[in-house]
Amino acid sequence: MKAYLTRRYIFSASHRLHSDVLSDEQNGLTYGKCNNPHGHGHNYAMEVTVSGQVNPETGMVCNLVDLDGAVEHTILTRFDHQNLNTLADFATLVPTTENLAGVIYNILKQSLHSAHLERVRLEETMMNSFEFAGGAELRR
Amino acid sequence: MIYLTRKCEFSASHYYHNPNWTDEENRRVFGKCSNLNGHGHNYTLEVTVKGDIDPTTGFVVDLKQLKEILNREVVDAMDHRHLNKEVPEFATKIPTTENIAIAVWQRLEAKLQVAKLHRVRLYEMPDLFVDFYGEA
Repeated sequence: MKAYLTRRYIFSASHRLHSDVLSDEQNGLTYGKCNNPHGHGHNYAMEVTVSGQVNPETGMVCNLVDLDGAVEHTILTRFDHQNLNTLADFATLVPTTENLAGVIYNILKQSLHSAHLERVRLEETMMNSFEFAGGAELRR
Repeated sequence: MIYLTRKCEFSASHYYHNPNWTDEENRRVFGKCSNLNGHGHNYTLEVTVKGDIDPTTGFVVDLKQLKEILNREVVDAMDHRHLNKEVPEFATKIPTTENIAIAVWQRLEAKLQVAKLHRVRLYEMPDLFVDFYGEA
């Protein structure tokens, strides 16, 4: 039987939304307060959904210890309490939450071996969230 | 087609143990969850049904009936119970969140007449939940 398991994690990071291909004025118009040169921060809540057959021996889609370990090692240590603009991932990419969700999805796709990565859902604040399933439609 | 979700809560205890394994293997795979004295959770269950709106009642499903089925099949059977010892499905299956979600689906599916079961979402904790859509 196929089931979907979702685990929620929290990390905090700062960023500034600024595109090098836009003028200062255009950046201001596009990103508003998010273009503040000194940046600002968020507590991001990240949901990682994996799917697969429930293993009859363990009753699990994926051992949580393995999932937590992979997420801690590849995502939380990389982004928690960091300035996203200073990271190589965002050298040429504006660190919007859309782009951050895509970056996280791609990292996890490479590093998760114990289950199939279904989607990454990222809440930037309690008011907005973004979901990415590698370009596929979401399972509802 | 419209989707309706009903939420309910139950609290239960359980432990994870595979009788085909040694104690050491059980501890290695299941960690703290393998403590045979058990531990408990406050589970939150969200059941989503789908169907067409009845033109007379304006309902996709009669919520009274859905609530009654949920209470009888799930809450009465699992709330304040030890899942391993008191819920028949878990005499042979480990009561992981995955297996509880599947058991809830199987208990509800046959009982729903008008609306069709779409999804069972079971939270073990606010940061951990399982979705089951009845897929093989």
